[in-house]
Amino acid sequence: MPALPAEPLSCLPFGNGRSYGDVCLNGGGALLLARGLDRFIAFDPAAGLLRAEAGVLLSEILALIVSRGWFPPVTPGTQFVTLGGAIANDVHGKNHHLAGSFGGHVRAFELLRSDGERLTCTPEHNADWFRATVGGLGLTGLITWVEIQLQRIANPWIVAENRRFASLDEFLALNAEYEARYPYTVSWIDCAARGRALGRGIYMAGMHAPPGLMKPPPSERRALTVPFAPPVSLVNNLSVCWFNRLYYHLPRPARGLTPYQPFFYPLDNLREWNRLYGRRGFFQYQCVIPPAEARAALREVLARIAASGQGSMLAVLKRFGDQTSGGLLSFPRPGFTLALDFPNLGARTFALLESLDEVTRQAGGAVYPAKDARMSGDSFRRYFPRWAEFSRFIDPRFSSSFWRRVMGE
Amino acid sequence: MRNILIIGATSAIAEATARRFAAGGARFHLVGRHAERLAAIARDLEIRSGQAVTQESLDLDRLDAHPALLERAEQALGGIDVALIAHGTLPDQNACQQSVEQTLAAIHTNALSVISLATLLANAFERRGRGTLIVIGSVAGDRGRQSNYVYGAAKGMVSLFLQGLRNRLSGKGIQVITIKPGFVDTPMTAAFEKKGLLWAQPDRIAQGIVAAVERGRDEVYLPWFWRWIMLIILHIPERLFKRLNL
Ligand SMILES: Cc1cc2nc3c(=O)[nH]c(=O)nc-3n(C[C@H](O)[C@H](O)[C@H](O)COP(=O)(O)OP(=O)(O)OC[C@H]3O[C@@H](n4cnc5c(N)ncnc54)[C@H](O)[C@@H]3O)c2cc1C
Ligand SMILES: NC(=O)c1ccc[n+]([C@@H]2O[C@H](COP(=O)([O-])OP(=O)(O)OC[C@H]3O[C@@H](n4cnc5c(N)ncnc54)[C@H](OP(=O)(O)O)[C@@H]3O)[C@@H](O)[C@H]2O)c1
Repeated sequence: MPALPAEPLSCLPFGNGRSYGDVCLNGGGALLLARGLDRFIAFDPAAGLLRAEAGVLLSEILALIVSRGWFPPVTPGTQFVTLGGAIANDVHGKNHHLAGSFGGHVRAFELLRSDGERLTCTPEHNADWFRATVGGLGLTGLITWVEIQLQRIANPWIVAENRRFASLDEFLALNAEYEARYPYTVSWIDCAARGRALGRGIYMAGMHAPPGLMKPPPSERRALTVPFAPPVSLVNNLSVCWFNRLYYHLPRPARGLTPYQPFFYPLDNLREWNRLYGRRGFFQYQCVIPPAEARAALREVLARIAASGQGSMLAVLKRFGDQTSGGLLSFPRPGFTLALDFPNLGARTFALLESLDEVTRQAGGAVYPAKDARMSGDSFRRYFPRWAEFSRFIDPRFSSSFWRRVMGE
Repeated sequence: MRNILIIGATSAIAEATARRFAAGGARFHLVGRHAERLAAIARDLEIRSGQAVTQESLDLDRLDAHPALLERAEQALGGIDVALIAHGTLPDQNACQQSVEQTLAAIHTNALSVISLATLLANAFERRGRGTLIVIGSVAGDRGRQSNYVYGAAKGMVSLFLQGLRNRLSGKGIQVITIKPGFVDTPMTAAFEKKGLLWAQPDRIAQGIVAAVERGRDEVYLPWFWRWIMLIILHIPERLFKRLNL
């Protein structure tokens, strides 16, 4: 183990900082920059087994495996996450209803504890450490390497289908139909819509294209960069309202072939997009609501947002399936998950988010720590009832801003 | 596909460069002094390039071992197309001032061992009638400064030597490239406070090295703005320069 900073400074692994809140921060302590662990260790191109150091980015893995006919089993909405970060938040993708979360595809990893002990963890071996570390928010030790099982693809293309829906009920009906046909599904919701149009949006489904169905390789698209953060947010009530209305009505092909990058990573081509929200930044909010409560609770959430006049531009809704990875603090669980973003307007925004928490708590749901910077300790313990069992696995030298916040330390 | 020899392959800049070469199709032979770290890099490059990677560990200060080292590299690769010499140390200037031994050791590693390898490689390339030799020098070699003139003198010697070599081999199908990086965030500079626009990541230098090969460049400052910084520094009259605290 490389020398840790002297006590009493606490440590926390830091991947690529793609979490929206403080799970990857450690105010007053030290960060272990895991990106330096960036070597591939083994790749079996016949079986699709990949072992790499924990700081390797998904984008680097994609560059290696896609041309060889493999794809990550689960991918979040950005390719700029590390393997370690993907495990520590047990990330999910558009295929959760079919494939579950990332942790379910991890074959093994090594956990390095601050006392120098190295634990090789698999679902069978050191299984308790495995379950604590998957979704363990970096608190159980440093993940040094990871082995994952990849999925086969025939080519880099995605057959994508888009469909407009006029209400939440229409979404629920469409969802059942599309989930049966497509491994990847997600919907964009027009959060500015109210009344009868509440919950209207666009359903987006996709599958890896079958052999033979492909186009010549698309030319490299140059990434654009937002050069600086303006003093005020460019994302505000007015722009969201117009953006959403336009986006909802924009004519779009019902079905087509698209490269995988824009399908999975629409934001990755606009570098530093977060600057659009200005210097005060923004909050993400992602909750999951159990199936039985979903219809009523989602309506309530959307109604509260619309009434608050604080619109969200990138609102996405998706169903999580029944498969879980077993992680003690994993966020994904059966139900419907809604992810939202709100420009930071100070107290008004905090009040809105707390009122959304009220709905989530009552419905027996949970909020995603990877996207949180403000949930109360009380909410956290309700959302993650196994927190006490988990805390026995925390490395004595490790801590995070998030953990101290929700534990009230 | 190119056959590439990397000397000082555990260097952060060399590793980043190798990855960029690997993406374009390459077979590697790696030389460094730590077998275990070389093996980890070799494994990574094998996966990225899809080709077997060979390696040898040697303390490059041992000049007498250089001829056999390069012969084994030639054999392993079946002819070297590109050779990158990247090893180096950043000596403690204050310690060197107090110790002739340390001064000469730094010059041995950063200048003499490089010149030995460059001489042998150039001759092998000349016999074959082709080859590309890339050597990592430094902006520190452009002008002597009180804060690091031992390191600078070694890098400057290499730079001058390569100019002559380039002149000798021009028109013979052999490319000699001098890379002059500015401040790079690597283990070599771990002790420095790395803030500000002047610091570059190793991959930025790697990108410049690969571009220099593709474009047939002779001397390259990386990132590009160092060329202009050094132009100014080189033009300050010595009468004034000697009084500056650089
Ligand atoms: C545009 C965008 C889209 C996103 N879409 C999704 C999505 O669809 N689904 C989803 O689930 N998430 C999504 N996210 C969130 C993101 O996937 C997670 O926050 C992810 O964990 C970030 O990985 P990272 O490598 O940047 O880790 P960081 O954010 O740096 O760290 C995350 C956690 O991992 C821990 N950690 C990092 N490395 C290690 C290690 N080596 N060992 C132990 N612990 C470690 C840290 O301590 C921290 O607790 C999205 C984020 C963005 C910016
Ligand atoms: N970083 C900068 O700011 C900067 C700026 C200008 C120029 N440069 C030059 O860039 C080159 C690469 O350096 P870097 O920045 O990538 O630093 P680095 O990661 O520290 O690499 C230097 C490498 O040289 C190796 N080495 C030193 N002496 C050796 C010897 N006697 N035998 C074998 N190997 C030896 C070291 O091996 P071990 O790890 O085994 O010790 C190390 O791998 C060097 O020539 C350096 O002078 C660097």
